[in-house]
Amino acid sequence: MKLVTAIIKPFKLDDVREALSDIGVQGITVTEVKGFGRQKGHTELYRGAEYVVDFLPKVKLEVAIASAMLDQTLEAITKAANTGKIGDGKIFVTELSQIIRIRTGETGEEAV
Amino acid sequence: MENQIFELQYAMDTFYFLICGALVMWMAAGFTMLEAGLVRSKNTTEILTKNVALYAISCIMYLVCGYMIMYDGAFMLSGIAGGDALVASALAASAEEGFDGGSVYADASDFFFQVVFVATAMSIVSGAVAERMKLWSFLGFAVIMTGFIYPMEGSWTWNGADVFGMYNLGDLGFSDFAGSGIVHMAGAAAAISGVLLLGARKGKYGKDGSIRAIPGANLPMAALGTFILWMGWFGFNGGSVLKLGDIASSNAVAMVFLNTNAAAAGGLIAALILARIMFGKADLTMALNGALAGLVAITAEPSTPSPMLATIFGALGGVLVVLSILTLDKLKLDDPVGAISVHGTCGFLGLMLVPLTNDASTFSGQLIGALTIFIWVFVTSGIVWYVIKLIMGLRVSEQEEAEGVDLSECGMEAYPEFVTQ
Repeated sequence: MKLVTAIIKPFKLDDVREALSDIGVQGITVTEVKGFGRQKGHTELYRGAEYVVDFLPKVKLEVAIASAMLDQTLEAITKAANTGKIGDGKIFVTELSQIIRIRTGETGEEAV
Repeated sequence: MENQIFELQYAMDTFYFLICGALVMWMAAGFTMLEAGLVRSKNTTEILTKNVALYAISCIMYLVCGYMIMYDGAFMLSGIAGGDALVASALAASAEEGFDGGSVYADASDFFFQVVFVATAMSIVSGAVAERMKLWSFLGFAVIMTGFIYPMEGSWTWNGADVFGMYNLGDLGFSDFAGSGIVHMAGAAAAISGVLLLGARKGKYGKDGSIRAIPGANLPMAALGTFILWMGWFGFNGGSVLKLGDIASSNAVAMVFLNTNAAAAGGLIAALILARIMFGKADLTMALNGALAGLVAITAEPSTPSPMLATIFGALGGVLVVLSILTLDKLKLDDPVGAISVHGTCGFLGLMLVPLTNDASTFSGQLIGALTIFIWVFVTSGIVWYVIKLIMGLRVSEQEEAEGVDLSECGMEAYPEFVTQ
């Protein structure tokens, strides 16, 4: 089992959610986050004076999947979240040692 | 029959005065919303408290002694009355003035119209010293400003008294119709001396001389405040005609409304375009300041310019206010809402534009009047600020400033749900 964590542009959330539903992903957890990558924030202007916005708003998605689904999932997120412009985000994949569905007590891939 | 017509005219002029006064009162709401929008959210409750309290203090102090000093009235307005007692004397005054002569209206309405102007002058100060001044130090200053400093310069101008027996501004050709100098520049002069003694907000200017932006928390509120002020200004300038009850006066009132509106529009557009050219973006806060700058610029003489000239005068204010805000920032005079530029710089501009359309005024008279008002208010305010600084201090502690004056001064936040629960 894998945990896929994706940081994406907030306005791409709907597209990504749809793409994941289409390939049969059952659940997503979404968090509003702030951060920067290589572009290091940007400057804004207020009454003629510049100020730097270091941390830009992003959306963090967490998706737990069966290992067999990994390639499909990565492809779906990459395709849906891509704009080709700087700041599109990143995807992190980590091993998942256990999943438990709280309501029924099911564990492992049955609980995905 | 003649007496009945005089009574109707009296009623109309009094009613007009009261309605205009109520419109000017509403400008206090405009200042409150504008300032609350342009400060950070952690200082919102305190700026609201300052604004409602300064309005109330202005009303009380002008009643206690301000009106007495400015218009030779009586302490605590004693002698002012209503009802039947005044009918005979009002009719006699109306007969003496004639139907199209000077305005005859209720004494109480005169006080009401004048008192809201004091509050306007005081409101100007609160924005410039926002986010760092102690609440009670500010309110202490408001007592002296509205009870003494403003009424003194008001008596030299609108009441025609000699300046300490030395010279008379009216004789020198000074004219300030609704108070570009008497109200607006006076408020700004008090604000400048306060800001000089108070210093800039922490973090506004870097050690290397850089200017950092501190964006306002709520621009919808700032925009609403500007529109409220714009509306209230019709009472400010329109009411200053003092009379509605004959055709000539009505025409003058209509012209004042028209020009006031045109100047605000001109100011807004000029500031918006200039900001776009200078910064590459349409800076809303500059546009809002531009509208107010246009209003201040036309206030010294809204009745004689043509609509086109009024628009141009307003636009001059709109351009000047942007340049003034940038210059004050370079001088490290921190004014979070731009009050000194809007009311001071453009108030002076308004005074100097009067002789272009009003032959009764002179450039030298305007200049001497402006200097008299500015020096008087700047110096006396400076003394009062300094005494307050010695007694109780002007500025909150560094930690209180960082946490926001809402908590240290008022003990409550404006938007508590954002941080707790």
